[in-house]
Amino acid sequence: MAGMSAPPANPLAKNPMSGSTPPPATPRYHPWDDAVLIATLFAVDPSGVGGVCLRARPGPVRDQWLADTRELLPKDMHRRKIPLHVTDGRLLGGLDLMATLRAGRPVAEHGLLVEAHGGVIELAMAERVRGSPISYLCAALDTGEVVLERDGIALRSPARLGVIALDEGSNEDEQVADALVDRLAFLVDLSPIGVRDMSDLPYEIVDIVAARERLPEVTISEAQIGAICQTALALGIPSLRTSLHAVRVARIAAALDGDPVVTDGQVNLAARLVMAPRATQLPSMEPPPDQEPPPPEPPPPDQDGESDANQEQRNDPLADQILDAIKATIPQDLLDRLRLGQLRRAKVRSTGKSGQVQQANMRGRPAGVRRGDLRPGDRLNLIETLRAAAPWQRVRRAERERGLTPGAVPVPAKRGERKKAVPVVMPRVAVRKDDFRIQKYKHRSETTAIFVVDASGSSALHRLGEAKGAVELLLADCYVRRDRVALVAFRGKMAELLLPPTRSLVRTKRCLADLPGGGGTPLASGIEVGLALADAVKRRGGTPLLVLLTDGRANVTRNGEGGRPKATEEALTVARLVRAAGVAAMVVDTSNHPHPQAKALAEAMDATYMPLPHVDAGRLNAAVKAKAGL
Amino acid sequence: MPVPFPFSAIVGQEEMKLALLIGAIDSRIGGVLVFGNRGTGKSTAIRALAALLPKMKVVADCRYGCDPDAAEDVLCAECRAHRGDTPFKTKQVPVPVVDLPLGATEDRVIGALDLEMALTRGEKSFEPGLLASAHRGFLYIDEVNLLEDHLVDALLDVAASGENLVEREGLSVRHPARFVLIGSGNPEEGELRPQLLDRFGLSVEVRTPQDLATRVQVVQLRDEYERDPNAFAEKWKRKDTKVRKRITDAQALLPEIEVSEKTLEQAARLCMTLGTDGLRGELALIRAGRALAALEGDKSVEITHLRRLAPPALRHRLRRDPLDESGSTARVDRVVQELFPA
Repeated sequence: MAGMSAPPANPLAKNPMSGSTPPPATPRYHPWDDAVLIATLFAVDPSGVGGVCLRARPGPVRDQWLADTRELLPKDMHRRKIPLHVTDGRLLGGLDLMATLRAGRPVAEHGLLVEAHGGVIELAMAERVRGSPISYLCAALDTGEVVLERDGIALRSPARLGVIALDEGSNEDEQVADALVDRLAFLVDLSPIGVRDMSDLPYEIVDIVAARERLPEVTISEAQIGAICQTALALGIPSLRTSLHAVRVARIAAALDGDPVVTDGQVNLAARLVMAPRATQLPSMEPPPDQEPPPPEPPPPDQDGESDANQEQRNDPLADQILDAIKATIPQDLLDRLRLGQLRRAKVRSTGKSGQVQQANMRGRPAGVRRGDLRPGDRLNLIETLRAAAPWQRVRRAERERGLTPGAVPVPAKRGERKKAVPVVMPRVAVRKDDFRIQKYKHRSETTAIFVVDASGSSALHRLGEAKGAVELLLADCYVRRDRVALVAFRGKMAELLLPPTRSLVRTKRCLADLPGGGGTPLASGIEVGLALADAVKRRGGTPLLVLLTDGRANVTRNGEGGRPKATEEALTVARLVRAAGVAAMVVDTSNHPHPQAKALAEAMDATYMPLPHVDAGRLNAAVKAKAGL
Repeated sequence: MPVPFPFSAIVGQEEMKLALLIGAIDSRIGGVLVFGNRGTGKSTAIRALAALLPKMKVVADCRYGCDPDAAEDVLCAECRAHRGDTPFKTKQVPVPVVDLPLGATEDRVIGALDLEMALTRGEKSFEPGLLASAHRGFLYIDEVNLLEDHLVDALLDVAASGENLVEREGLSVRHPARFVLIGSGNPEEGELRPQLLDRFGLSVEVRTPQDLATRVQVVQLRDEYERDPNAFAEKWKRKDTKVRKRITDAQALLPEIEVSEKTLEQAARLCMTLGTDGLRGELALIRAGRALAALEGDKSVEITHLRRLAPPALRHRLRRDPLDESGSTARVDRVVQELFPA
């Protein structure tokens, strides 16, 4: 390969990427070497690859990686860090209050995103960041600029930057927001790397600088782009950004090697680094049983009939080679999970989690201002305060000059001084108490209707249909009011949370569509799961409403054992817990003939009892709304 | 600002491109909503459209960009006062495409007291906001489903009335604000409120292309663009010019497009069968039909046009049918097939 003979001192020689020949059957890539390679590729073109999502606990390994990355970035490059609780104003920019007060005219200040232009921004505790900071980062990554429309300022500033998202999450539930992950080329997991695994940096800044210069000239062939796209499809990666990133990374790798044309080895490397961590399926696998195959299937053999540029569409040797290499790098546990088809479920759960976090951010959103005294705990809205004060400035100045009033904050003149005509230091902007505008926050406690649905037995299908209908109807109303719906189903031996609190119809539909029915009635478990969820809702400041749809005939205990008496006893016990927790509840009796057991259950829960032998979604919805006071 | 990706270089996504063109041809359609997953080129298409729109004529020194030929009630107070004295001085300006970024504050959106004037000169004057800048153009809201509620409320009101009424900080200002709303977003990240949904004339759903050839083409063009945006834009300039000409031709043709009783009746039947609320659906369908006919050089709106436009004009106005698991697009298609088999 050209790169090996190219003039620049090439430390890549020992690296897998310099081989244009396919890697051996099962090569072992060292995770630290890969991580360092990623740091290097990122350093060449930070904004081009979007950035790195770095999953690692704080510690020596992460510190070393960050130090290495810093060493590879040009010294004059801007570097900023976004703390967890950054305000919108600091991130985007806005009115510089101190300067404005001093100058007596609006002075704008840049936010972190603009300050980092041309460089790198680190996002601290990225797995906990949700909501607006993520949106702003994504917008900056997409457009390369920050458009500011705040505080009476309209400003467009360039903000081309690369992001290092420091992901300190420790499990599947804590993940960086999908929208951001999609825009970052690299996902790196440093957790399996120990201190002893680390080695010295094989690159120097001169390599980076040279690569930067060469990068615009590097070309990649259509067949290579085709192989990358095909690999993405085969691995079930729907987003086109990932393919684009792989193309970009392949070109950067070539630039590092000093090659004017991308080699297959570099394509291989790029696909491995960029795509492998995002695989949601393996091409050779049968779709797992009892689950529909994930939407992005590998293209069928005779797709479109016309494959001009892709004559080797199916058995593209390069694509096969890439896939082999990728398979070798996917960790065994991931491979197993892919095989079991579990990955997608984990994914769905984690989105649910993100919804909850977002919810916490939304609590107490700003909702206008009021005038009045500033009491402890209030937050002054400075911009509005200035606006209120602004029209009076001339009058006040005149008053001050005539020495008529002592008023203005923050320079109180004493009464006696007036006659002595001591010159008073006059602030450029005179703000008085009347001008104070206090930020109002809207904090409405949201209602979350938790449906606990009996999916057992023969009539389950019908009941389920109705329950699904009611959930969707309610949701349609809910999202007007920004309320939420959750769904727990119990059948067989256990209860399961099928739909975490959500407002999204799309997710609800998807979730409801594959809700199966049949089996025993583990009533106690169902109520228990519902109660746990109600508890969680309460802790986040929401108001839960438990809606239990059942005939009340429990026959499976919490341990998953049969036995009607014991199961009934347990159900009643758990029901009393609901009453004790003070959670509003209603029991909808779905048996054909209203049954005393369901009624007893309702009494134990202190719930509204509603016999509804032929539940229809409309009536159920009306009842739930009445109960929740919606 | 970097050169935007050329509109004509966007591969596939035909429905989205058509809806955007229709929105550009007739601003009364009420805007376009583009919903789809990440990385499907939503924002790219909208920014591309902005770059190729033909210029428009405005009153030379009007801060709201009033149309010199407009009726009196669409002019701002100042233009209205001067109307009739002498013909307006006019100039040509690009059609505004205004970004409403997430995190925009209310004062910048609807307009507010001009701080600088007030602080330095003690004068009370109005500083127009984004709604004023978007007058006669486009207001683009990326991630429209994540927009703050109080901003959405302000927007809805202005979009419905066509004018912005500001009553704050002792100011009382009224100015025209007629714009085409363009929203984009990812439905998995949050639903849009039905009130806002209904304002959009057309809605399109985009998804990532699943066939290899298209994907390769997209990645290739995008890569080429990112390596040298200027050269790339130059290369596609002629094709973009053609698209622009199609828009201006269609705009000229629009008043002459006929809509027969029969077509009106067909549109009404379609909406009734689908059970869409109110008349907005029918209006959007007919208006979009006229724009499509004009775009394709036809003289009248026919069922072929309606058939193509029924999904984008109606799919977001359906009542949710909880027991129907198929998406709303499928439902529209089904009814179209039943009523007007091809």
